[in-house]
Amino acid sequence: MGGASPCASCKLLRRRCAKDCVFAPYFPSDDPHKFAIVHKVFGASNISKMLQELPVHQRGDAVSSLVYEANARARDPVYGCVGAISYLQSQVSQLQMQLAVAQAEIVCIQMQQDHDQQQHNINQLMLAADEHEKSYFLHNNFLNFSSATANVANVNYDSFKKEPRYGHDMVS
Amino acid sequence: MNSSRCAACKHLRRRCPSDCIFAPYFPSNNPRRFAYVHKIFGASNVGKILQDLPVSYRREAANTLCYEAYCRIKDPVYGCAGIVDQLNEQLKVAEYQLATIRAAITTTLQPSYLLDQSLPM
Repeated sequence: MGGASPCASCKLLRRRCAKDCVFAPYFPSDDPHKFAIVHKVFGASNISKMLQELPVHQRGDAVSSLVYEANARARDPVYGCVGAISYLQSQVSQLQMQLAVAQAEIVCIQMQQDHDQQQHNINQLMLAADEHEKSYFLHNNFLNFSSATANVANVNYDSFKKEPRYGHDMVS
Repeated sequence: MNSSRCAACKHLRRRCPSDCIFAPYFPSNNPRRFAYVHKIFGASNVGKILQDLPVSYRREAANTLCYEAYCRIKDPVYGCAGIVDQLNEQLKVAEYQLATIRAAITTTLQPSYLLDQSLPM
C-alpha cells in the first residue's frame, strides 16, 4: 500500500486498500458519501462485478451513472430515476404536439398568403387589361373619327350648287 | 418446503415463507424478472427497499427496480441514466424547434412583412 490512504470504499468496508483496488480510481477518500450511496443501493460486491466486466476506459462513466441512479433511488425509493424518465417522456410528447400544431399553423398562414398574393396578382392583371382595352378603344375610335372628318373635308360642295332641286325653282 | 416458491426463493434456493417479501412481486412464472434485479441490486438490497416502503407502494417500486436493472443489463455503462440524457437532449431540440417556428409565425404575421411581400404597383 506504501502508506497511501485507503479509498472511500475500503474505508467504509474496513479493509486493506490494495494497489489494484477496482474502486480506488473512482471513489477517492475525500468523498465518502459517493461510495456510501452506491453501496447502499447496489452493494459493493455488485459494483465490483459491474466494473470488472467493463473495459477500463468505460468505468469512469459507469461509476458516474451508477452514482446518479443511486442518488435518485435514495431520494425516491419507489420510482428512482425511472420517475425522471416518465416525466421527461411526457414533456417531450407535449412539446412534440405543440411543435406539430405550430408547424400546421405556419403552413396555413403560408397557404393563405399565397392565395392572397395570387388574388392580388389577378386583380392587377385585370386592371391592366381594362386600361389597355380602354386605351385601345379610344385610340381606334379616334382614328375612325379622324378619317371620317378627313372624308368630310374632301366633299365637293360645288355639286350642291349646280343642282338645286327644290325651293328656288319652285318659287319662280 | 412451500411447493410453489416465488421466483426469488427459487433463485436463492431457499424456503418461501408465507410472508415472503418478494412473493407478491416476483411470481414463479417470470424467473428472469428476479434474476435481473438480483444481478444489479442484490436480493438483500431489494428486500430492504421493499421492507422500508408501505405495502401500497411496493409493487410500483418492484416494477421500477426491474426496469432499472433491465436498462443496466442492456447498457452496462449508462443504464437508465443514458435514457435520461437522451430525453434531455430531445427536449432541448424540441424546445429550440418550437421557439424557431413560433418566431417565424410572429414574423410572418407582422404587417410590415405583409407589405414587403406585396407586388410593386
